[in-house]
Amino acid sequence: MTPRALRRWLEPARLRSLRRRLVWQFLVLSALLVAGLFLTVGWVAERASRASQDAVLGAAVTAIAEGIRSVDEGLEMDLPYATFSMLGAMGDERIFYAVTVGGQVVTGYEGLPPPPDVPDGVAPVFWRADYQGAALRLASVARPMLIDQRLSQVTVSLGQTRQGQAAIARETALGATWVALAFLALALPVALLAAQAVLAPVQRLAEVVSARGPRDLSPVRHPAPRELAPLLRALNGLIARLRAALELAETFIFEAAHRIRTPLSLVRTEAELALSETTDPATRARLRRMVRAINESSRSASQILDHAMVMYRSDQFDAGPVDLSVLTGSVLRAIRPLAEMRDITIVARGLDSACPVVADERMLEIALRNILDNAVKYSDADGRITLDLAHQGREAVLTLADEGRGLQGDPSRLLDRFHRGANVGDVAGSGLGLTIVAEVAAAHRGRFRLTPRDTGGTCAVLSLPLA
Amino acid sequence: MRFLLVEDSEDLARAVASRLAMEGHGVDHAATLADARHFLESVPYDLILLDISLPDGDGRDFLVRERAARRDTPVIMMTASASVSDRVGTLDQGADDYITKPFDFGELQARCRAVLRRHAGAADSRRHFAGFVFDALAATVTVGPETRELRARELRLLEILLSRPGQAYSKAHLIDRLFSFDEEVSDNAIEVYVGRLRRKLEGSGARLETLRGVGYRLIPE
Repeated sequence: MTPRALRRWLEPARLRSLRRRLVWQFLVLSALLVAGLFLTVGWVAERASRASQDAVLGAAVTAIAEGIRSVDEGLEMDLPYATFSMLGAMGDERIFYAVTVGGQVVTGYEGLPPPPDVPDGVAPVFWRADYQGAALRLASVARPMLIDQRLSQVTVSLGQTRQGQAAIARETALGATWVALAFLALALPVALLAAQAVLAPVQRLAEVVSARGPRDLSPVRHPAPRELAPLLRALNGLIARLRAALELAETFIFEAAHRIRTPLSLVRTEAELALSETTDPATRARLRRMVRAINESSRSASQILDHAMVMYRSDQFDAGPVDLSVLTGSVLRAIRPLAEMRDITIVARGLDSACPVVADERMLEIALRNILDNAVKYSDADGRITLDLAHQGREAVLTLADEGRGLQGDPSRLLDRFHRGANVGDVAGSGLGLTIVAEVAAAHRGRFRLTPRDTGGTCAVLSLPLA
Repeated sequence: MRFLLVEDSEDLARAVASRLAMEGHGVDHAATLADARHFLESVPYDLILLDISLPDGDGRDFLVRERAARRDTPVIMMTASASVSDRVGTLDQGADDYITKPFDFGELQARCRAVLRRHAGAADSRRHFAGFVFDALAATVTVGPETRELRARELRLLEILLSRPGQAYSKAHLIDRLFSFDEEVSDNAIEVYVGRLRRKLEGSGARLETLRGVGYRLIPE
C-alpha cells in the first residue's frame, strides 16, 4: 500500500469533522497495533517454547547417544527412561526416535526423515519435519563408532510433536490481545476527550473572532497553539489588507472634504456680500439659491466626513470612561448659538448629575452633535427643544423632543444611509446625520430610535449602557 | 467691538472683514501669525478669529502661547477641517469656540455674540437711547424700573436699528441680516419681529416707525 493510499484510507473524504477524523485514525491505528501485538506475542511465545523444547530434546538425544556401545554383534543401546519421562513432562506430545548407521535404521521408527545436515560436532542439531501427519521438532546427534572393525557414523534422531506447545503460544498471544483490547476500550473515551481538548483552541479562536464588533479590524491577538499560528497569520494578513483599503478611502475623504471647504467658504461669503449689496429681486433670488446650494454641499461634506470618522473609529474603538452629561453639556453649548439664531429655546434636564458610560468620546461627540443639529434644523423658528438625560435601569437614556415638522414615512428607514424624510422641504441635508447616530449607538451596544410625538414633532432617543 | 481676523486667504479675509464691518465691528486683518502678534502688541481686541493653518505656523500653537502668557482675549478658531479631533483639541487648548468653513455668516455672528457674552464684564455693553437702556450682551432693554428680555432676533433687529438711529432700513436689508440665507422667508416675516420689538419698547421714549414702501427706522419721540 502506497503512503498515499494509506492516508486516503485513514482519512476518508466524508470525515469532514476534525474530531471524528482524529477518533477514526486513533481506532484504525490501534487496530493495527493490536494485530501487530498478537503476531509478535505469538511469535515470541513460540520461540520461547521451542527453545525450552530444544533444550530438553538436545539433552535427551545426547543421553541416548551416550548409551550406545559397540559390541561384537553390533550395537548395544540402553534407552534412558529418565530422559523419556522428562520428555513426557513437556505435555501431551508424541515421541519418535531413530538410530541409523550409515543411513540404515537400526532401531526406532522406519521412515523418520534424516536430518538435512549431518551433524558432525558433539552438539546436536535441531530441525523440523513432517512425519505421520504431524509437525515434528527434531534433534540429531552423530557419533563415530567402530563397528565390525570399521569406523561408522551412528546418528541418533529424536523427534517430538508440537501441538501442545503451539496451543500454549497461541493462547499467550490471545491473552495479550485481550489485554490490549481492554486497554483500547479504556483508551477510547480518553481519546474522545483528548480530541476535544486538542480542538478546544480552534473553538476558542473562532469565538474570539466572532465576538468582534462589526467593524473591528484590529489584528487578532489571541494565544493560539503553534499549529494554529499559520491560520492566525493568514487571518491577520487578510484583516490588514482590508484595513489598508479602508484607511486609504478615509484619507481620501478627509482630504477631499478639506479641499472642497476652503473655496466654498469664499464663494459663500462673497455671495452673501453680493446679496446685501443688491436690491434687484431676480438677482437676490439667484444669489439666495446659490448660497443654499453651497450650504447643502458643505453640510453633506461635513456629514460624509463625520460618517467616515465614525466608520474609522469603530475599527479602532478607543473606549474609555466618559461622563455623558458633561459631554452633552459641551455639545449643547456649541449648538446653542445656532438655535438662538432662530429663537429656538433648548431646555436641558438631567445634565447636573453624572452619567458615566464607556465610550469612544469622539464618536459620541459626533453622534450628539448630529442629533442636536438635526433637532435644531427641523424645528420651526421660536420653537422649543427639550433635552432630557436620565438613568433607566442599566441604561443612560438621552431623549430629545422637538416641536418640528415630525416624521413622515417609516421612521426606521430614516436611519438608512442617504435616506431623507418626505417632508424635509427646504432644509439642507445629506440624509447621513441619523445614520451616523445609529452607527455610533450600535458600536456602543446601544440603541437609537425616532418616534413621532402626539403633540407634533419628533422624539429622538439614544440609549447607551451605563458604565 | 474690535476684532482681529487671522486668516491667510486674502479673498476670504476681505469678504469676512467687510461682512463684520457691516455689523459695525472694527476688523484688523493679519495674514500671518507674525502679523497677528504685531497687532496684538499695539491694540487691545475684544475677539480674535483665528484660522488653524497659516503660512508661518499652526494657529493652535499660537493659541497655546497666548494662553500661557495669560492673555485671555476670547478666540474663535476657524478651520476647513471639520474633524472632531480638531474641535476637541482646540477647545482643550483654550479656544472659546470653533467654527467650520464654509460658515454661515449668521452663525459666525451668533458664535461671536455667545463668546462675547461669556466674557462680558470687561466692556460696558450698555447703551442709552430715548428713555431706555439696551444691554446687547445681557440681551435686555430696561424701560424705567422694568428690565425686559430680548430674544435673539429682537436683539439683532434693535442692534441694527440702533447702529444708525433715524436711518430707514428696507425689509430686504433687515431680512438679510436677521435670517439665515437657508431659510425661505417672506417679506412679511420681518413684521412679526418689528411687532414684538415695539411691545418690548413700549413706555420708553423711542418709536419704531414704519415708512410705507421704504422700511423701518427707530426715532426718539
